[in-house]
Parts: sequence; structure tokens; C-alpha cells
Amino acid sequence: MKKNWLSYPYLVWMFLFIFLPLLLVLFYSLTTRTEDGLRFTLAHFQRFMEPIYLRVLFRSVKLALFSTVICLILGYPMAMILAGNGFKRKQVMVFLFVVPMWMNFLLRTYAWMTLLEKTGLINTFLSWLGLPPLNLLYTEEAVVLGMVYNFLPFMVLPIYSVLRKIDKSLIEAAEDLGADGFTVFRKVIFPLSLPGVLSGITMVFMPAVTTFVISRLLGGGQFTLIGNLIEQQFLLVGDWNFGSAISMVMMLVILVSIGVMSKYEKENEGSGLF
Amino acid sequence: MSKKSRLLLAAVLLTAVALTLSSCGRDKRVVLNVYNWGDYIDESVIDLFEKTYNIKVNYDTFSTNEDMYVKIKSGGADYDVLFPSDYTIERMIKEDMLHKLDFNNIPNYKYIADRFKNLDYDPENEYSVPYMWGTVGILYNKTMVDEPVTSWRILWDEKYSKQILMLDSQRDSIGVALKMLGYDMNTRNLEELEAAKQALIQQKPLVLAYVGDDVKDKMVAGEAALAVVWSGDAVFMKRENPDLEYALPKEGSNLWVDAMVIPKTSKHKAEAELFINFMCDPEIAFKNADYIGYSSPHTEVVIMLDPELVADKAAYPSEEDLVNYDIFKDLGDYLKVYDRIWTEVKSH
Amino acid sequence: MTRFLKKSYAALIYLFLYAPILILLVFSFNASKSRGVWAGFTLKWYRELFQDRQIMKALYHTIIIAVLSSTIATVIGTAAAIGIHNMKKLKRKIVMNLTYIPVVNPDIVTGLSLMLLFIFTNFRLGFVSLLLAHITFNIPYVILSVLPKLKQLDKNLYEAALDLGASPFYAYRKVILPEIMPGVITGLLLAFTLSIDDFVISFFTTGSGVSTLSIIVYSMARRGINPKINALSTLLFVTVLLLLVIVNLRTSGTTNGQNKKQAINGKY
Repeated sequence: MKKNWLSYPYLVWMFLFIFLPLLLVLFYSLTTRTEDGLRFTLAHFQRFMEPIYLRVLFRSVKLALFSTVICLILGYPMAMILAGNGFKRKQVMVFLFVVPMWMNFLLRTYAWMTLLEKTGLINTFLSWLGLPPLNLLYTEEAVVLGMVYNFLPFMVLPIYSVLRKIDKSLIEAAEDLGADGFTVFRKVIFPLSLPGVLSGITMVFMPAVTTFVISRLLGGGQFTLIGNLIEQQFLLVGDWNFGSAISMVMMLVILVSIGVMSKYEKENEGSGLF
Repeated sequence: MSKKSRLLLAAVLLTAVALTLSSCGRDKRVVLNVYNWGDYIDESVIDLFEKTYNIKVNYDTFSTNEDMYVKIKSGGADYDVLFPSDYTIERMIKEDMLHKLDFNNIPNYKYIADRFKNLDYDPENEYSVPYMWGTVGILYNKTMVDEPVTSWRILWDEKYSKQILMLDSQRDSIGVALKMLGYDMNTRNLEELEAAKQALIQQKPLVLAYVGDDVKDKMVAGEAALAVVWSGDAVFMKRENPDLEYALPKEGSNLWVDAMVIPKTSKHKAEAELFINFMCDPEIAFKNADYIGYSSPHTEVVIMLDPELVADKAAYPSEEDLVNYDIFKDLGDYLKVYDRIWTEVKSH
Repeated sequence: MTRFLKKSYAALIYLFLYAPILILLVFSFNASKSRGVWAGFTLKWYRELFQDRQIMKALYHTIIIAVLSSTIATVIGTAAAIGIHNMKKLKRKIVMNLTYIPVVNPDIVTGLSLMLLFIFTNFRLGFVSLLLAHITFNIPYVILSVLPKLKQLDKNLYEAALDLGASPFYAYRKVILPEIMPGVITGLLLAFTLSIDDFVISFFTTGSGVSTLSIIVYSMARRGINPKINALSTLLFVTVLLLLVIVNLRTSGTTNGQNKKQAINGKY
């Protein structure tokens, strides 16, 4: 079966629309336009090392980590419930869990805007109870909430799919040997589910650290994240060189975190990135 | 392949082909790409223009001057008519991005009041036709603020912590801080700018959010007590919520003019001038001014409008009210300084 | 007792997931613009939605882009998958790693790198650039949906067809294609939905006058609360629900296709 040529259109396409554009980003990040033409420079990366930009990077990583941890804490039990055999209509439950994820994430974020406002439903309810209104929208917490809401399924589903595949006889064996529920979890279930946990962490952390929409809509322009910084450089300031340099840094952060994650990964099916 | 999936595929392909054909084959009219601020036109005016001249209008919106400028500068978009503000027009003229207008094609230009002609950003008035003008001031909710609002300083008052909305626009917000400190809005003095930066950083904990067009929705809904707004929006909001009032701070503020220009990338200059002329037609200009609530530089419109509105200092302040009101100037290289200040404030 | 705990925990999570959406749906029928108070039933927002020029144009663009990009991506992607499947191991590994780049790369980087490409080559930003961008991020998902089906394929089938005198092309069309069809359709639907759902990449690669629904929603949401968005959400939610039910009935019994990012699961 010599059908290699079938993939040629794809390879050409990938070269044109994936490889070349990324090369351009690299090119822009390393050059600057002066009166006598282009010049190679590391100035854009140096500029990113200034405290104001590092603070943005630090805040992005901090909020993304927060969201990831909350997703893990909320998501792991949910994955166990979905994977366990406690319920009859499991298919439907998994399905229901996935549905909101298919809704446009802008709308999901927007939904929280309407809830968290001062005149929104939550505060209306509070004042109905006779409590003073809370300042919910435009806080760091609101941004984290938006991230958790949007990315929780990315944590639950990988864990769920790993838990489902765990050999039940292993658990039974452990129980036969006298392990109590907690020990079984600590010594058997959790270690076996680690690949799912790790891919869950990556899948939540990645979009959370790069978002510019959630911080814009729920943060009220107060919490500049690295995604906002990049968007501003390209669409507002027009400094493509600096914008490209930040993008390169961000790609590096992402690739390193995936690299670290997959290093711990044992069950690799041989088609991975590393 | 099962019959069903074959049918499905065929159907998908057919719709795709049909939709593409319909989108390219349908229209042979000239297409005019118009790029304006959001919520800044009575949309029925576009239909009227399309019908009158048999020209299709592709109407698109932006939310800040900088946004628009970068889009045009990068060359990724080809618009025919733009509505930038004074200082951006100045910058675009300097950078040779605008066509000189042929005023023979814009006879309605005669209706524009003289005080809006030959302003600093376009001294010979060769490139632009004023569309709307106004001021920047403070909008406040009378149920939440019971003291008289006369100064920018109220935006630094801790009593109103988390009830203040600032504009997410570097020129406007830095300008407010500069005026509060008694400086010129176009300053290039680094010490004054540093002071403005410190003031904004100090103010940040009190600010509920840095907003754009959403300021209207927020203030009308009573989400905040005080907001920095453009005067035209203030008129609109006062109409929607009578608790709101607009104040012109005594330290002075920004006076701005948005005008229509044609970028060099335009391929339909004659049609674009036709459009600009149409916008200056008294009936049309009235429709727009009436709908969006901004102040019109059009002499006929001011006569046609509700006298109560024209008497409103928020909408039509007299020239005496506007002592100390500066028009923004292009900052040239100092833009980078402003930009950095704003990034620092926002990322603090 | 634990069963009760489990049940309540699951219920709480579902409440967290669904409450915001349901409130959005309910308030799309609210007569008042205010979002804290119920002021009676109305279809006003739906009427306004359908009369909004910009939204209707964006809907039109969204659908055409989704249909065209998913179709083209499916054709290129299926062919590519067959090609990749027949590659030698090392080459396959290299190509697969390339395939993962757009999947792993942050959307914002994919989007702005394409924008740079278009502007650098003086390619006008607009409908075509948007379409090219959507095809680009769709192809990998098609490949990743089709490849597993190719792996399950019995090699002897194809050879048997050849032995019986079928030409290679005929054998492909009659033997291989029907076998991998479920994967192809899943890929098509996945691509279609991803295209409709995308915001970030579209945001960077579109130009004058061409907006998708996501872009419109973003600019409307930045202007504040607007009941028209609620109406739009309701319609989109119902559509997505229907599409998902169809997909799920197709692939019932497997978890295939349930997870939009399922494609990347296997990778880590």
C-alpha cells in the first residue's frame, strides 16, 4: 500500500499555514526595524524581563495554577463518581457533563457576567435575604471562577477515561489483602490514575494561562494577563516585534509544562510529542 | 459508504457550493467599506444610502482610535471611510495615510459650523469633515453621590471605593489624571507624566473596572456611582436613567472632534466622498445626532434638534464653558511613554 | 450513605455547570432588560435578534465558514490520514508531531501567527483568510479521528479486493472508505463544531466587514449585558444539544466523539 502521496496536500498545507507563520513569529521576535533596514536583536526579550512584564507573567501563572488546583480538587471526585458503577444511567451522566462544554465559551463566560453584577441575580438574591450586596464581578476571584467554570471538564474527562480502564481485580486484590478504602485509593487507584491527572492538569493550565477573554470580561480590564498583553501589542499598540517575543515566551512556558508533564507519563502510546 | 452518509455528504457539499456561489455572484454593486465607532450611527441611514445611490455598504465598528489605527496601518484591511478622532487624524496626516478630499464633491460641507473648521489637527481643512464633537466629563448617579461634583478629585475619593468606572483608553485616563493635577493633557513633561502615573496607580484600588462601551450599560443599570464618560454617551444615559447627571470638571478636560476621512488604501474615493456628503445632509445628520445623542457640528441640525437638548450644557456647552479644554494632539514619539505608563497602571 | 454523598456531590457539580446557562435561557424571555428581576414573558429579544443586520450577517458567515472549512479539512485530513498510516515508522512519528502543533499551541499564537503571515504576504484579511485559518486548525482533528479507524482496519480486506481484480482506487472506494467512514464523519462533525466554536483564531484572522458569531458576541459582551445575547445563547444551546444527541447516537457505546478535546487525550 504505497499511498504516501495522499498526505502531500496536507504536508504542503501544514508547511504554509503552521510552519511558516511560526517562523514569522520567531523572525519578528528577533528583529527590529531601523532606518538602515532590519537588524537582529534580543532587545524584545530583554524588555520582557522588566518587572512590569514579569509581574504580568507571574499573575497569569498564579491565576492559572489556582484554577488548575481548584479544578483538580473539584474534578477528581466527580471523575470517580462518573467512573464508578454506582449509577445506572452512567452514559447519560457523562453526556450531560460534556454538553455545557460544547457551548461557546464566550457565552459561558458571559453568563457569569450577568450573575455576578451588582444588580445581578446573586446580589438580588442577597438583598432579598436582607444582606448587603457583594462586589463580585471585576475581581481576581471572578477571573478564577470563569476559568474553573470553563475548564473543569478538561480536568474531569481525562481522569474519568483513565479511571474507567483500571482493572477492577487490582482493587479487589488489595481489598482481599486487607487494605481499607483509603489505602486502596492512596496505594492503587490514585497512582494508576496519574496519567489522567497529569493530562487534566495540562489541559486546564494551558488554556487558562493563555486566555485574554476571561480576564477581559470578568476582570474588567484590571487584571492584565499575558494573553491580554499579547493581544494589546498586536491589536492596540501595533508593536509586533514585542508581541512576537511575548508569544515565544508563552509558547516556551507551554512546551516546558507539557514536557515536564509527559516526562512523568508512563503509558505513552508512541504517538506523542516527546 | 452507506446511502445515508452519502446523502449527508452530498447535502453538505451542495449547501457549501450554493452558499459560496450566492455570496460571490449576487452583488455587482460597488462596495463601500465604512469603519466607525460602535453605536455611532442610526443604522437606517445606511439603508437609505444604499437605496439612494445603489452602493452596498459594508459597515464595521471599532472601539478605540488605537484599535482602528493599527488595523489601517498594518494594511490588513481596506476601508473607504473612517471616523477617527482629532489626534489620530493628525497622526494619520503626518504619516501620509489619508487622501485629500475633493470638497467639490462634498457641497454639504457648508453646513459645518465655522468653529469646527481649520482646527489644529487639520489646519487647512483638507482631509477631514467633522462628524460629532463633545467633551469628557464625569457622569454620576445622584442617588449615590450627594455632594456637588465639580472636580476630577472626586474620582480619588475613598468614599467611592469600587464605585468608580474609568475609561480603558490610555489617552483619556492619563488625561484625566493630568488635568486633576493641573497639567496640560498633551504634556510631554516626564515629571508631570510620572505624577499622573502615580496618581492612577494610587487610584486603582478604588476603581471598579476600566471599561469601554459597557460604561453605558453599567451606569444605566446602577452598577457604579461615578464614571468618566464622553458627553454624547452621557446624554444617552441620562435619557435612559434620570438619576444620572453629567458634570464638566472645573480643572478643564478634553474637547474632541470625530471626523470623517478617507484612507489612502481606499479604492472608491468618489463613492466615499459621496457617503461623507450624504452624512452631512441636514436630514441625515439630524437623524444621526438625534439617535446617538452626541453633539453635532452641523448648523442646521442644531436648529432642528429639541431645544431642551441644545440648552443642556452636557450636550452643547458654550465656548465660555470650555476654557481649559484641550483638544488632544498627536504625541509622536511620546506615545511610547504614554503607552508604557498605561501598561504599568494596568498591570500593577 | 456514601451513595447519598456521591449523589449530592454530582448534583452540586451539575448545578454549577448548568445554572448559569439555564438562567441565561430563562432570562432570554424576560420582558425587562434588567437581569435581577423577572418582568414577564416576551419574545421581543428573539425578534430583535433576527432583525439585527450584523448578527444575521455573522450567522451567515459562521455557517458558511463552518461548512466549507469542515468539508475541505475532512477531504485533506482523510487523505492525509491514509497517507500517514502507510508511512514508515520514523516518518510517521515526525509527521504526527507536526500534526499536534496546532492542537497544542495556544490559540492566540496560532491566530496571530496566521495574521502575521497574511499581512506579511499582503494577503487581504477577510473571508478567505478566515476560511484558510479554520481549515488549518480543523485538519489535525480530522486526522486524529480517522487514524484510529485505519489502525483497526483488517489489512487482508484490501488485499482480498485486489486479488479479486479490483483496481487500487476501486478497492479503496469500496472497501477502505466504508470501513473508516465513522471516523470520517466524526472528524467532519468535530471540525464543524470547532469551527463554529472558535473565537480566538477568528478574532485575529478576520478583516473588514467579516465577523463570526463569536466575534459579535465578544464585542457585544464588551458593551455590557444585552438580552439579545441571551436569546442567541438559547438558540445556540439548543442547536448544539441536538447536534450532540445525533453524534452520540451515532457513536453510542463508545466515548468516542463525546469529548471535543478527546483527540488530544491519547497524546500525553
